[in-house]
Amino acid sequence: MKVTILQFPGTNCEYDTQHAFESLGAKTEILWHKAESVPSDTDLLVVAGGFSYGDYLRSGAIAKFSPVMKAVKVYAKNGGKVLGICNGFQVLTEAGLLPGALKRNEHLHFLSKHHNLKVANNDNIFLEKLACGDVVNIPIAHHDGNYYIDETGLKELYENNQVLLQYCDKDGNISNPNGSVDSIAGVCNKEKTVFGLMPHPERAMEKLLGSDDGVKMLQGFLSA
Amino acid sequence: MMKAIVNVSLKAGVLDSQGKAVQHALSSLHFGDVSDVRVGKQIILKLNTTDKEKAKADVTKMCEELLANTVIEDYEIELIS
Repeated sequence: MKVTILQFPGTNCEYDTQHAFESLGAKTEILWHKAESVPSDTDLLVVAGGFSYGDYLRSGAIAKFSPVMKAVKVYAKNGGKVLGICNGFQVLTEAGLLPGALKRNEHLHFLSKHHNLKVANNDNIFLEKLACGDVVNIPIAHHDGNYYIDETGLKELYENNQVLLQYCDKDGNISNPNGSVDSIAGVCNKEKTVFGLMPHPERAMEKLLGSDDGVKMLQGFLSA
Repeated sequence: MMKAIVNVSLKAGVLDSQGKAVQHALSSLHFGDVSDVRVGKQIILKLNTTDKEKAKADVTKMCEELLANTVIEDYEIELIS
């Protein structure tokens, strides 16, 4: 299993992501954004979190034109698995690889805390090790995590089981920290090959650090 | 030389949290007549062309591809020659 992790100027979660996947036994490679191809042995491509290009203009807006993104689009189009975490999710929506957009948090505050998430759909490799309705505790750290999609788009997400995770309280009742439509924390594409979420599963790998609920999530990719 | 002024703002149906916060602040300053506030951004471009049609087409393409995220934002273009 080989995980390739993208690195833009301003990315800051690439080493956490690398550590997380290596702790699960995967081989990893960090790929600088100037690369013009995705390594051919890549089983999963991760767009890691951070502040690519300083979030200038909009989060993810400049990163989508990095040389490597052309290759990422081809890789995704051919069915390659892609996971975008936090800023990576923003990059994937900006690039049109995932539906919707991420707006400024409703209350305009940067949020950095653990949050509970409810599994909305698990018929995909990312969440197959969890059951629908399971609650996981994963850190969030974002300013622009307010997921927006219009009504037609939202209907389509539900029809195709593309809603992955929703923010909730410890009992699984919806609890919305940032104003996201239907409290959505993560979605995937129709083909269930491209995944994006604002929370950071790679920061939830050790009980000692507050939660190891990220293990089950990332493990899904390793068994595929 | 031509100047293009691009105004980007959230679409009408999309909640503008910053606008709401500004409206709230204005009302606490007793500007009670403000019924709505939308916060946008202005991008000013200098273009090396005098062809208005071409400038309009180019800037529209820039808006669609980069300057605005048309999922959530609208844009307006003003050209000054």
